[in-house]
Amino acid sequence: MTEKNSMPGSNSGLPDLYRHMRRVRTFEERVGELFVRGKSAGSMLHLSVGEESAAVGVCSHMHDGDTFTTHHRGHGIFLARGADPARMMAEIAGKETGYCHGKGGSMHIADMGLGHLGANAIVGGGIPAVVGAGLAARNGKKDVVSLAFFGDGATGQGILYESMNMAALWRLPVMFVCINNQYGMGTRIDQATANPRLHERAEAFGLVARTVDGLEVEEVADAAAELIAGARAGKPAFLAIECYRFYGHARKDKSPYRAEAEEAEGRNKDPVLRARTKLIESGIMAETDLDAMDAEIAQEMDATIDFAVSGNEPQMSSMFRDVYAPEEAEPEPVRTRIERILARQ
Amino acid sequence: MIETTYRGALRQALTDAMQENEAVVIMGEEVGRYGGAYGVTKGLIDEFGEDRVIDTPISEAAIVGAAVGAAMAGLRPVAELMYVDFIGMTMDQLANQAAKIRYMFGGQIGVPMILRTQGGTGRSAGAQHSQSLEAYVMHTPGLRLAMPATVEDAYHLLRQAMKQPDPVVFIEHKGLYTMKGELDTSAEPAAWGKARVMREGSDVVIVSYSRQLHHALAAADTLEKENGIQAAVVDLRTLNPIDFATIRPLVEQAGRAMVVSEGVMTAGVAAELAARITEECFDYLEDPVVRVAGEDIPISVSPLLEKHSVPTPEFITEVARMMLK
Ligand SMILES: Cc1ncc(C[n+]2csc(CCOP(=O)(O)OP(=O)(O)O)c2C)c(N)n1
Ligand SMILES: [Mg+2]
Repeated sequence: MTEKNSMPGSNSGLPDLYRHMRRVRTFEERVGELFVRGKSAGSMLHLSVGEESAAVGVCSHMHDGDTFTTHHRGHGIFLARGADPARMMAEIAGKETGYCHGKGGSMHIADMGLGHLGANAIVGGGIPAVVGAGLAARNGKKDVVSLAFFGDGATGQGILYESMNMAALWRLPVMFVCINNQYGMGTRIDQATANPRLHERAEAFGLVARTVDGLEVEEVADAAAELIAGARAGKPAFLAIECYRFYGHARKDKSPYRAEAEEAEGRNKDPVLRARTKLIESGIMAETDLDAMDAEIAQEMDATIDFAVSGNEPQMSSMFRDVYAPEEAEPEPVRTRIERILARQ
Repeated sequence: MIETTYRGALRQALTDAMQENEAVVIMGEEVGRYGGAYGVTKGLIDEFGEDRVIDTPISEAAIVGAAVGAAMAGLRPVAELMYVDFIGMTMDQLANQAAKIRYMFGGQIGVPMILRTQGGTGRSAGAQHSQSLEAYVMHTPGLRLAMPATVEDAYHLLRQAMKQPDPVVFIEHKGLYTMKGELDTSAEPAAWGKARVMREGSDVVIVSYSRQLHHALAAADTLEKENGIQAAVVDLRTLNPIDFATIRPLVEQAGRAMVVSEGVMTAGVAAELAARITEECFDYLEDPVVRVAGEDIPISVSPLLEKHSVPTPEFITEVARMMLK
């Protein structure tokens, strides 16, 4: 990992937060491009455009050794934690050179080295793992926290409430991060719940709970700083980040269920643009410097596509690997079984 | 007779059932305004309204559980589970509630609900969105299980399922939705629980269902053209009940049988059928009954690995040739 790509430190100011948000935005745009070029593995690609402040703001207060799980829209979170975008892109293309050697893909990307316990294609599926990771941290007397990132849609799953209750009961170093982009597929949050004030549910379980506006990355970062510090000290927390899903649910969804005016208004809540404007207006950075930064990021992300496209397909022999531990026997292929059976005849 | 698709036939079945019976309701994630993740329920909310086409939160356990209660209280619920991969989240409601209520309560009441879902490979959807989990259902007494392979059955089997007195899990295949075919909604369909002989043949019997039926038929064509091998191909249509009466004479005549399934080989549907054929037709068999099934591994997102994780027409052909060598 080069210095340039390293995750934002806890003292990072707006320029750094902006740079990381821009990297997420540009990466996601390239994922879209990979799909259009027919080079992605499938079309189940969920872009986090519009949600960059959640990933970057929260991750700016995570430390080495902290762990986390994400949902299916987790590219940005992983990138903000320091992932190599080229290996991410290769995984999204289903290539051997990807983080999971082409077995996982966009929705099942992980890297234990960075504490990423896994993205998940089951809504809510990754949430309870942080309770277990929190237990391990507590029992091992390690000063680490575990964060579950998930969408507003996951608040429909009972397992979230079971997990929050356990975390509160056992005072675990755990934080629940709900990225409320207002939609679960085509269902708007108010069509999925009678009480969209999501943090109130966490409060009811005894968690420290807040809602912040995702338009302002600094607000997200400040809230995360406070809540993560509390969680480290055994006060589990819940943070809801209000934002808007700029594009369709997955690559093929054109969101016909949303009015154009609503989308236009939603896309006005652009945390990347907002941070950029702030940097210029407050005189912290000149527009030309920002342009140069953006161009450099664009170049870095262009290269991820080349890396992904030129990577090898997984070897057929890898198919039976990693069902069980490497020292265990691999499952026997159907072909060998049939050949043996029929050869005996 | 109309020209439609598997998806269109399913939608037609739902439409006709809803028009006929006020008690039919559809409930599930994205079934209303969105029209279903695979578009099956598109437009139904406009025709039947929000009280009968019900968008739910992402709460699979409660969706199925609510369908159980609705069925007990007199509705005819069709719950939709977006992917069969999520069945684990509903398993208590399905296996401990829906499946056992009639029996536990001494026959006082049944649970006439449908759980419509889809499974299978083919879209690079990864390990948690590509499975074939019909064996979970087949392993649970009390649950009926239907898996349509054709446009005709997408309509008729669903219509029949909706008239059953007991819970039916109805598993579609994501690779079949755009398949075209002719449909006569007024035709007399094959009876519920009856298998269909799609192709006669006296050399080997291929028993299959869902998308693999088409692979089996393609293999049978190749075998005839290239090797003069006559393969009979049977579409099971329902896995509970199982129509063994249709399979038996074919196997007794051919003396060879293979079961083709996309589900994993070990303890799967193919295992059950192979055991059944072996037990019941033992004296007639020239070869062991062969399972051509999914590998005992999760499905990869890589299209290459995904494709070879389940039977291909080429592999079915090759196995038949091996049997008849
Ligand atoms: C258990 C489960 N149910 C349903 C789905 C299908 N599905 C995938 S994403 C999604 C919407 C999730 O919404 P949200 O949690 O808000 O995340 P977002 O997509 O908005 O990031 C649904 C219903 C799934 N993958 N897993
Ligand atoms: Mg959402």
